[in-house]
Amino acid sequence: MISEVIPSLLHSVPVDDTWITFDVNSFTQNFWSSTFDGLTFGAIYALVALGYTLVYGVLNLINFAHSEVFITGCYGVFFTLSALNFGPSAPRLAFWAIVGNLVLALIVAIIASALMAVIVERVAYKPLRQRKAPRLAFLITAIGVSFAIQYTIYWWRGPSPEAALTMFRPAAIFDVFGTIVDSQQVVIVIAAIILMIATDQFIRRSRTGRGIRAVAQDPDTATLMGVNKEKIIVTTFIIGGILAGAAALFYVMKIPSGVQYNGGFILGVKAFAAAVLGGIGNVRGALLGGLLIGLIGNYGQVLLGSSQWTDVVAFVVLVLVLIVRPEGVLGSSLGKSKA
Amino acid sequence: MSTTDGPTLIPDDASAQEIADREAKMRRRKGWFPGLSDRWNALPRQTQWLILIVVVVLAYLLPILNPPLITTEPGNNWQIALAQMSVYALVAVGLNVVVGYAGLLDLGYVAFFALGSYTAAMFTSPDSPYVHIPYLWTLPLAMAVAMFFGVVLGVPTLRLRGDYLAIVTLGFGEIVRILATIIPAMKGQVGFQNVGHPPGTDSSGQPIFLNSSGTPWYWLTLTIIIVVLLAAGNLERSRVGRAWIAIREDEDAAEIMGVPTFKYKVWAFAIGASVGGLSGALFAGQVGFVNNQKFDIATSILFVAAVVMGGTGNKVGAVLGGSLVAYIPLRFTAIAEFKYLIFGAALVIIMIFRPGGLLPARQSLLAYGRLAYNKLKGAMGDIPASGKVVLEPGKGSGNE
Repeated sequence: MISEVIPSLLHSVPVDDTWITFDVNSFTQNFWSSTFDGLTFGAIYALVALGYTLVYGVLNLINFAHSEVFITGCYGVFFTLSALNFGPSAPRLAFWAIVGNLVLALIVAIIASALMAVIVERVAYKPLRQRKAPRLAFLITAIGVSFAIQYTIYWWRGPSPEAALTMFRPAAIFDVFGTIVDSQQVVIVIAAIILMIATDQFIRRSRTGRGIRAVAQDPDTATLMGVNKEKIIVTTFIIGGILAGAAALFYVMKIPSGVQYNGGFILGVKAFAAAVLGGIGNVRGALLGGLLIGLIGNYGQVLLGSSQWTDVVAFVVLVLVLIVRPEGVLGSSLGKSKA
Repeated sequence: MSTTDGPTLIPDDASAQEIADREAKMRRRKGWFPGLSDRWNALPRQTQWLILIVVVVLAYLLPILNPPLITTEPGNNWQIALAQMSVYALVAVGLNVVVGYAGLLDLGYVAFFALGSYTAAMFTSPDSPYVHIPYLWTLPLAMAVAMFFGVVLGVPTLRLRGDYLAIVTLGFGEIVRILATIIPAMKGQVGFQNVGHPPGTDSSGQPIFLNSSGTPWYWLTLTIIIVVLLAAGNLERSRVGRAWIAIREDEDAAEIMGVPTFKYKVWAFAIGASVGGLSGALFAGQVGFVNNQKFDIATSILFVAAVVMGGTGNKVGAVLGGSLVAYIPLRFTAIAEFKYLIFGAALVIIMIFRPGGLLPARQSLLAYGRLAYNKLKGAMGDIPASGKVVLEPGKGSGNE
């Protein structure tokens, strides 16, 4: 029996099925446009990755509920823009009116995300810290909170994505190698980079930032030196929430139909991959990792010919990084970065 | 250095205090049935066996008895509900090896379940162009395939801290579903119909293992669960099981005591994966249809919820938890819609207020379980004057 099965098994391996194709032609044609798009997505991943990295630096835990912090921000953007009568086609508004609306949406998203981050910390992390629970317990409650939030949204808004809202029509700004770079891409990348520099400087220079680094280095000693650990932890969650809220605005800008109860999940995994790639706990690493994951994912998508490959490629990158260089490209952790 | 040598405990005051704390913690962990496990352990071996036999016979009779109040009818066929519950119970037993024994959080267990299902489907369904083998052969094959992927995934991640494993498995759970969609050979949403089933026909010439008849599937799965439980129990009491528990309690200490932690973690992960594959193959056979819609991450979290609810590290608890997770939405159809919400919230509430779950595991770290534990307890009556703490709680977790 087995002697018949094994050769026929070997014959049945689907080699001639072309389930994976490398479309090099399309790749070379679309190289620059996918580069710019990849950088745009990368900027969004990087902002979300910062949330993972900061919490990881301080608590040494992956905050699984961070993707839900992010999606809460997306709903904040969605409801604000709906209230402002935005629709599927971009409204014809004066420049400053658009800016005003976007800033309003940004503020709502940031408040929503930061609030959700604090709720997550209070519900999933603080009670366990007080009980000195084992690590596994933190991971389990985090994933539990993540699911409870996801399915609360599901129960409230249903399974289908929200109606697409377009904020403004991207206008061509300049031309690189025959590829048009539009205003949307420029706005997202520049805003994300400004936010990251602000975060980096905040952590490096401010008093609170010093507290965050101290807690990341050694929570007990930090407490002895007069750092209020609990306050620092909540602050860290809030910073992560603020960045996730900003990322939410850019995400809805880029993918208007992406507001969905589980929309944060895959983005969360990719952002985490970005954080690990750059070096988890490293603020600058998150930026680098985000941009790299954005680029690699987009190249993979063009090369392999389906948008679903982006997720697979990002995941493979994560596993490869863990094999080759688990400390990430930039390595050093939040606590070790210089004062 | 062998792990079979019990640690020599010469505690000083600090460690005596620590042991007392641990004892107090264990007393708190007794769960909702205080004294049940003590009373069970106090019974003579023969009585234990007798009770077990009665319980097993009752379990086999469940589909025929169809007890009122407990039954899922009307609404859901009781026999099929039992078959599904048994598959979930088997999943929980497998995942318990990973999460409960070795303390590794596998959030993508559904991926191994899916691999098992696809193995069964692709080698038995007429929709599949490949070679066809008898259904029962796909069970070991599914285990092997799932185990292979478990090792492939485990080797890079298990060298690192536990969180990485959690996120990588979480990603893997989603990736298998995406691959099932984009790889033509796996047929996406169309899927595979008429997945095979074990041979045999009844007196009227009908196959015994129909998709519409739950009872034979339930009996088959129940038998497999009993075999797996016996194997898991033996593993738990063996050198491997002690190594797992040592890793779970404190990985650094285990490594220092000479436990090859990486090797045993990969073993736990691979064994867990293979049981996941096995249950996936059983699921595919019972339902008879496999496509990419059945294996989402949410199901994976249900599996974790099953283990945590039952009692992490307790195999009987896992059976209970797995059955409950399948049973509650089938019995109380009004809340079936909210099952993910309910079990997600349950995970949080249990971890905060009752980390031991319904049936908390006994914290027996030592070689001969009860015996050695009692010995240790006796020895603690006269604590020597000085000494050193043997196992210091791990530093570096950083979450106190």
